[in-house]
Amino acid sequence: MDHHTHSTAGPRELQMARSMCWHCQSEVAGEYFCDRCVKVQPVSKELDYFTCLGFPRRLTIDQRQLEAKFYDLSRAFHPDFYQNKSAAEQTISLGNSAMLNTAYRTLRDPIERAEYLLDLEAGSVKEIRNSPPAELFEEILELQDTLNEYRAAGRAPEAESPLRAKLQSERNILEQRQRDMETTLQRLFVQWDALQDRGEATDQARIERDRILKQIRENLSNRTYVKNIVSDLVSTIG
Amino acid sequence: MARIVGIDLGTTNSLVAYMADGRPRVIPGRNERTMVPSVVAMTDNGLIVGDPAKEHLTRSPERTVYSVKRFMGKGLEDVQGELAYFPYHLTEQGGVIRIKLGEKTYSPPQISAMILKELKQRAEAYLGESITKAVITVPAYFNDSQRQATKDAGMIAGLDVLRIINEPTAASLAYGLQQKIQGTIAVYDLGGGTFDISILKLKNGIFEVLATNGDTHLGGDDFDRQIADLFVKEIREQHGLDLNAYPDHMQAVRLEAERTKIRLSDELKTTAILDLPEDNGRYSKDLTRDQLESLTMELVERTLGPCRLALKDASLTPNDIDEVVLVGGSTRMPLVRRQVQELFGKQPHCELNPDEVVALGAAVQADILSGGTTDLLLLDVTPLSLGIETMGGVMSSLIRRNTTIPASAKEMFTTYVDGQTGVDIHILQGERELVKDNRSLARFRLKVPPLPAGVPRIEVTFLIDANGILNVSARDVRTGETQSLAVKPSYGLSDDEVERMIGESFKFAADDMKARQLIEARTEAEAILMATEKALKQGSHLVGEEDLSSIRASMAAVEAAKSGSDHKAIRAKIADLEKATHHLAEVLMDTSLKEALENKKLSEIT
Repeated sequence: MDHHTHSTAGPRELQMARSMCWHCQSEVAGEYFCDRCVKVQPVSKELDYFTCLGFPRRLTIDQRQLEAKFYDLSRAFHPDFYQNKSAAEQTISLGNSAMLNTAYRTLRDPIERAEYLLDLEAGSVKEIRNSPPAELFEEILELQDTLNEYRAAGRAPEAESPLRAKLQSERNILEQRQRDMETTLQRLFVQWDALQDRGEATDQARIERDRILKQIRENLSNRTYVKNIVSDLVSTIG
Repeated sequence: MARIVGIDLGTTNSLVAYMADGRPRVIPGRNERTMVPSVVAMTDNGLIVGDPAKEHLTRSPERTVYSVKRFMGKGLEDVQGELAYFPYHLTEQGGVIRIKLGEKTYSPPQISAMILKELKQRAEAYLGESITKAVITVPAYFNDSQRQATKDAGMIAGLDVLRIINEPTAASLAYGLQQKIQGTIAVYDLGGGTFDISILKLKNGIFEVLATNGDTHLGGDDFDRQIADLFVKEIREQHGLDLNAYPDHMQAVRLEAERTKIRLSDELKTTAILDLPEDNGRYSKDLTRDQLESLTMELVERTLGPCRLALKDASLTPNDIDEVVLVGGSTRMPLVRRQVQELFGKQPHCELNPDEVVALGAAVQADILSGGTTDLLLLDVTPLSLGIETMGGVMSSLIRRNTTIPASAKEMFTTYVDGQTGVDIHILQGERELVKDNRSLARFRLKVPPLPAGVPRIEVTFLIDANGILNVSARDVRTGETQSLAVKPSYGLSDDEVERMIGESFKFAADDMKARQLIEARTEAEAILMATEKALKQGSHLVGEEDLSSIRASMAAVEAAKSGSDHKAIRAKIADLEKATHHLAEVLMDTSLKEALENKKLSEIT
């Protein structure tokens, strides 16, 4: 879902942590290395993953660019290249590498990336849904009944096959739902990115922003719920 | 920076390699062989390692250790099922297996350290400099305890282990550098005792591991066992003999099974022959490749499951794999090659010697660490999920398997009871839901200031470093103070114990040196005795009686010294013999020269 390239990303919103070099105490203006003594600088713990990898907070990211940036920074930070350096630099290299790896892992996956962005923009989202989403309520209840019946049938072939066929068709329907949700999410991601690109500070833009975030949140949580149901279904009917 | 060598510490054989002129090379021993058998024997004159130790497998099986890698980072209960196969005596102390050799017991890292020392000395003799730094390889699927045990072995051997790297990834470095392989590759590594599969992406000098899987208890040893079991069964049926009562013969069976297997990689049919104990004659057995394949099919098929899991974790199908690389001696088996080819649907690579490629890759990694190579970078993963025990005996995962390392996770801890002063933390590794089904790595107690329940906030950081080894640190969020943790490994040596073993290793180094010098002197004595016999046959008529009697007396003296245990005495008698044979050698030389000249003249005339 990430093949769309962002040519209009605009000025990179790098929140450069302007601080002192831990080694020579001069001001660090460069990205991760001191301009004066060329020592590696620790990546600030407050730095978000988008900034760490030099990407704006968008939900559509070009995978190739992301990978290229990850490889570049890996070459800059990896402990392999700090074997001959001081203990302090080795510690920084280890911490930076670990942070970089987490950042890349999170941004590489579109769903994890969206969950992370929601967390940044609107606080923790990992609410675990215990009951089915309203629009799926009837459907899920019926599915649970059929599943119970199927399990109770205990592999008796005559009872099994019609139930199995029914479950199979349920599975197809749910998997179609999953695809629909992906499409909806995709659309919301594009809306979010467009809104960010416009960069308006109006009340209307704020309302729009909250609406998109709310919808993404709902869709992500419904998606997780349906995904769990489907994997349960798949493991039952094999 | 001092030179760093690359070491492949294998189940069956070990090798050491170094980098020269941008190419990795394996260092041969004086016998020109590159592999040092991973065998350690306790003799009356001390410990010996490698080829000479291998000879003791059948001579003194109860004091000769092989396949020690199988015991690294393990407790006795982990190997219950195969204890019967090993002729040496195993016990346990402090969660660590101990091997009894004579009066003393040794931990697996100590035995491994002896092999490492042998490799270290080999490199020092070859390169003419002192070697103190090394990269050592381990199976990718090794857990934290097994990696730590390997690092301990290095320290006991007097080596600064700069990096532990995974065997299949090491192999990929060698292939990437020497065969210029690119794209998505699968490395299938079946060695003497372990199996690994790693899926990597090679792009512009970056070697990114996407997923790894394996079985740390599956390899050539297991194939040999299938064949050996067949021999033992047939000998029982045909001769009414239970070889289990004869440990020396059991070792002979094991070695003959291995040789039979190796021969059947090139031939379709072979005959195994074994001398039976107590005048029971010989057992001989014709075995075809088909028979071997039906004996080992199930074991080979066991490698395919991990391959599929690794592909799944990398979100790939066999079609996405551009190249398949074979590593490890067991991949010489045609059955293994066929199965791998069938699974991935392409002809696997085996241009580089599968026995040497891991050591070569370790040398490349050593070069990267010393700053010699800057365009290659290996990004490896942790093979197993890391987590902690939570309520109800359930494992809560903190770092998922196949996460790129270095990797870190933070977890906040607090108290449930007013005034509680400690929180016990149990660290685990594995993929299962319940604590009891996973591997216990370590336990520690977090110190907490006595405060009302829920008020203390201690942040614990779990960091898996580039070696795949866990480091834990804790910080009190309220005060910002860090606390040092006394982490007790579940299956490992304590720091104090490692320290003690390093000390002992230096103390015993002198004894070991004496044993080595004795063996070398004896070998030399045998060689010179044989050469003198030969010379006497050719030229005893050319020298006087006086010379002859002096030569015979010197030979007897060498023979006598050889049965003693003083290497200096042997050397002295060898020198005497050399002096005594001086004249004979000259005369022989002259005669052969004259003959050569005469022949020449003869040929010129005709």
